[in-house]
Amino acid sequence: MIEERRKERLDRGIKVTTEGIYAISSWQEMGYLLLPRLVLICGILVLPLVIPSLYWQRVISIVCIYSLLALGFDFLAHFVGLVSLGGAFFIGTGGYIAAILNTSFGLPPILTIPIATIAGGAICTLLLYPCLPLRGVYFAIVTLMYPLVMARIIEALDVLGGTDGIIGVASFPNRWIEQYGLLLIVMVSLFGLRRLVNEDIGLVFRGVKDNDQAVKASALSINFYKSIAVFIASSLGCLAGAYLAHIYMWSGISQFALDFSIIPIAATVIGGGGTLVGPVLGCFILVPISELLRAFGTLRIVFYSLILVAFIVFRSEGIMVYAQRKYHQFERWVKV
Amino acid sequence: MDILIYGIINSISLALIAIGFALVYGISRLANFAHGALYVVNGFIVWSILNILHINYLLSIILSLIIIGLIGAAIYQFILIRVRGMAISEIIASYAIGLAMLEGFRWGGFKGMTYTLPVFIRGSIEIAGIPVDFQRILLVLIGGLVVLLLWLFTHYNRIGLALRGMAQDERAAMMLGIDSDKMALIAMGLGSILAGLAAVVILPMGNIVVEAGYDKLIMAIAVCIVGGLGSWVGAVIAAFLIGFAQIITVKYIASHFHMVIALLAIIITLVLRPSGLFGRQKELEERV
Repeated sequence: MIEERRKERLDRGIKVTTEGIYAISSWQEMGYLLLPRLVLICGILVLPLVIPSLYWQRVISIVCIYSLLALGFDFLAHFVGLVSLGGAFFIGTGGYIAAILNTSFGLPPILTIPIATIAGGAICTLLLYPCLPLRGVYFAIVTLMYPLVMARIIEALDVLGGTDGIIGVASFPNRWIEQYGLLLIVMVSLFGLRRLVNEDIGLVFRGVKDNDQAVKASALSINFYKSIAVFIASSLGCLAGAYLAHIYMWSGISQFALDFSIIPIAATVIGGGGTLVGPVLGCFILVPISELLRAFGTLRIVFYSLILVAFIVFRSEGIMVYAQRKYHQFERWVKV
Repeated sequence: MDILIYGIINSISLALIAIGFALVYGISRLANFAHGALYVVNGFIVWSILNILHINYLLSIILSLIIIGLIGAAIYQFILIRVRGMAISEIIASYAIGLAMLEGFRWGGFKGMTYTLPVFIRGSIEIAGIPVDFQRILLVLIGGLVVLLLWLFTHYNRIGLALRGMAQDERAAMMLGIDSDKMALIAMGLGSILAGLAAVVILPMGNIVVEAGYDKLIMAIAVCIVGGLGSWVGAVIAAFLIGFAQIITVKYIASHFHMVIALLAIIITLVLRPSGLFGRQKELEERV
């Protein structure tokens, strides 16, 4: 008879002792807590300095834009239970608002970006409000259709610059402001969202995801909380879109393209959903790879899709969940 | 009169595209987002067989349908079976597969206006003063035939009955000895063949272009959602609704709105009545 064994996972001792306030009692424990965070923060802050070429610095900006979208996607999908495939809708709305404010009213980027963030988030939430009662696949499909419909309407009505888009949007004064502004925004949103999901409202969000009837029974309006969550996620998307419009000095129909819906999802799948850090990490891996493969033309989309399929089928937990497990737990074989 | 004739033709072609999607979803609750890709891929397969092997048109069509069926079955057997039941993973995985196939063909040089399939019978006929070519008449006939055959297959054939059993109640079907995975495999193969058939019938009226893959997917989804996901009767009726709506908008408003109609139909249906006109799903499952 074969001896059967299974793998047992246990938390490391240091993980348990660092869970409470007493973590500040020793340097070792504080180091255990701070190390991953410091590695991330320092890594992000150093990045623009160590990358020499202008081309790759631009790539970093694009990575950050996708990171913001991916953060919004992960927050909505894994903490509120709304799978939104309409990242492009947020990008496009934010981009067009920023472009209009800048070209028609002459506002500088420092004003257009916050206004586009808030107003864009409000517009997106308002337009998505009728769909909020939907669940699962239905919400996913309806959000997938929104950016397509917007692009076709702009094309058909020939408004907002039609197929040419809005050109002549002001750029940033210099590239350091562009880069560090964006990197700071990504970090603030990342740590802000991590904090938010552990606050009281975060508990309600998770309640909406896991058992909405129970939330209803507690006399809380599901639609109200869902719309707050959608506002947060779409504001992040609109912020990214406004930034994108100013970086490229242009806003057009291609901001409603499917890329902005697909890549954040791929990044979330690869990075690890439900961790919030994972999607950012996923973007930092995926977007540069896709730039490296640019020479192969559309073949890179093929690579991309195959990587996505491989991850979703064989490693659906993602890199970050795996890394967290290795960091916090040890494994050993035990007899059954 | 021309609205009537072209509306019928447009509706039948929509129904042909959508029925494969509806079949797969109805039986295995699997939203096959690679449907549009399979449609275009079959066009290229027929073109390749015709221009490389130089065999009979009818024979190459049959050969291509077998190949596309096998491709669809392989996609299910090797990839989708592992994420079965996780709706979002299914959508992402099948969409990524479709994307990989379409962009692979684009990279392989299959783009532009050079790829066309010959029509079955040349020439046209006048119906009530409007010239209609034979291909479009054939399309209507084949579309009707497919719906009829599918109905007969699912009502008078053991496998067809098993498929319907799966669609109605998967657990009960499994208790009666119906192999759920095998049936889903057959459904996926059949759905792919239907997508391929739609391609063979519709593509001779235009060029084979990669972009059609995305458009046809959207049309298939639109028709299925308006008709109610999983309901074949609903899909056919919705195809007529959207088909006529499109022809009327093209005639009286502008041809740009052709696609907007379909997309708006999806959004409005989902918001007002997510189970569609003829959906049989419970309200609670899809909305709070």
